[in-house]
Amino acid sequence: MSRLRVIELANAFIGPLNFEARGAECICISGPSGSGKTSLLRAIADLDEHEGNVSLDGIECNGLRAPDWRRRVGLLPAESDWWYEHVGEHFAAVSEDGLKQLGFDSSMLGRKVLRLSSGERQRLALLRLLANEPQVLLLDEPTASLDPKNTRRAEQLIAKYRRKHGAPVLWVSHDPRQIKRVCDRHLRLRAGRLQSARRS
Amino acid sequence: MNVIALTPFDLSLAAVLVLILAALSRPMGLDIGRPLIIAAVRTAVQLLLIGVVLKALFEHAKLGWVVLIAAVMLLIASREVMVRQKRRLRGWWGFGVGAGSMFISTFGITILVLTVIINTQPWYEPQYAIPLLGMVLGNAMNGVAVALERLTHGAWQQRTVIEARLMLGETWQQAIGEIRLESVRSGLIPIINAMAVAGVVSLPGMMTGQILAGSPPLEAVKYQILVMFMIGSSTGFGTLAAVWLTSRRLFDSRERLRLDRMKSADN
Repeated sequence: MSRLRVIELANAFIGPLNFEARGAECICISGPSGSGKTSLLRAIADLDEHEGNVSLDGIECNGLRAPDWRRRVGLLPAESDWWYEHVGEHFAAVSEDGLKQLGFDSSMLGRKVLRLSSGERQRLALLRLLANEPQVLLLDEPTASLDPKNTRRAEQLIAKYRRKHGAPVLWVSHDPRQIKRVCDRHLRLRAGRLQSARRS
Repeated sequence: MNVIALTPFDLSLAAVLVLILAALSRPMGLDIGRPLIIAAVRTAVQLLLIGVVLKALFEHAKLGWVVLIAAVMLLIASREVMVRQKRRLRGWWGFGVGAGSMFISTFGITILVLTVIINTQPWYEPQYAIPLLGMVLGNAMNGVAVALERLTHGAWQQRTVIEARLMLGETWQQAIGEIRLESVRSGLIPIINAMAVAGVVSLPGMMTGQILAGSPPLEAVKYQILVMFMIGSSTGFGTLAAVWLTSRRLFDSRERLRLDRMKSADN
């Protein structure tokens, strides 16, 4: 069970923000565009400069080398990037189960990235992130380019992961029905600040 | 053997060729007439000036003067490296990285060659020191400029890839590794090509000049080989240093990609 604490987190776009995510909790974050959802996730992953503090299981962000922190606090950006020619070259480890669960088989790893659809890329980016076994998941609209069937598949995979690893999830979503389906708690951002927090 | 001295009339004849080219470019819509003429005038003026300076320098071979001229050459080369990058580092870094890496590689290698290999007396003998430094510096400048332009442009263009790799827990060196290799390579390719075809396709300018001036071909060739090796190594070391320093500067202590440390393209 991991516990993520966000204390007085602030930079030019957000904050100051305070909240906590523990265990296999799934927190959805919504808000109008420009309200700082992506900035919040980037600050937690320590990709942008920020004030305040983020800690994981009592270890402060600055207490770890940045790459180690980011491997534990895994951020999935809204648009996935690929830099090698073949899919498989991007993976630290391959989970056959994960591939199957998202509707792929292992032949996918030999495919060329250029030939993939945006939905395939998004699902594979999720698997690529999970292969690092992060202790916290920061997901920026992880199902934005997926059809309903694949959206469900991805949701189920994420739910299984967070229960198995006791990993808290911060999930940026625009879809009220998805928020209802997946989240335990809902944070609304407006102009970089938390508007209200309520149990759903 | 004596050199056949060129008269101003001889040079004017050669200049007419450039003028014809400039005149031709206009009806073709090439639009290089003006830059071509300006560059040609600069060539003539700058070379005449340096000729006068070298003449004076050879007559008074003082260390202070040699250092002064070398410093001016380095400053101009560093400025050139800086302005050739559209997205150079902000502040002193944009100038300092090029200046520092070229200083160490070109001055280091030139002094080494003067003292250990050629063994001139005194070691700063301007007849050797200035032309050697000039050739080495000119080539290092091109290598560093090409490599840094490639690096800063690549980092900007592939910013989302670099950040995606950081998000997966890669170090900054891994995240920018391919871009860095590619930029070093592009800085070194011209000199590698020049070494590969030297004497077969092209007769290097320095050697040609020495032969025209009456040196025995084999003596000229030996100097050309020495110069090629000096150019290759100093361009290589200078480019490596400049690319390493600049790429380091693109990340902060928390290994975040800091594009705000580069100038934007439009100013």
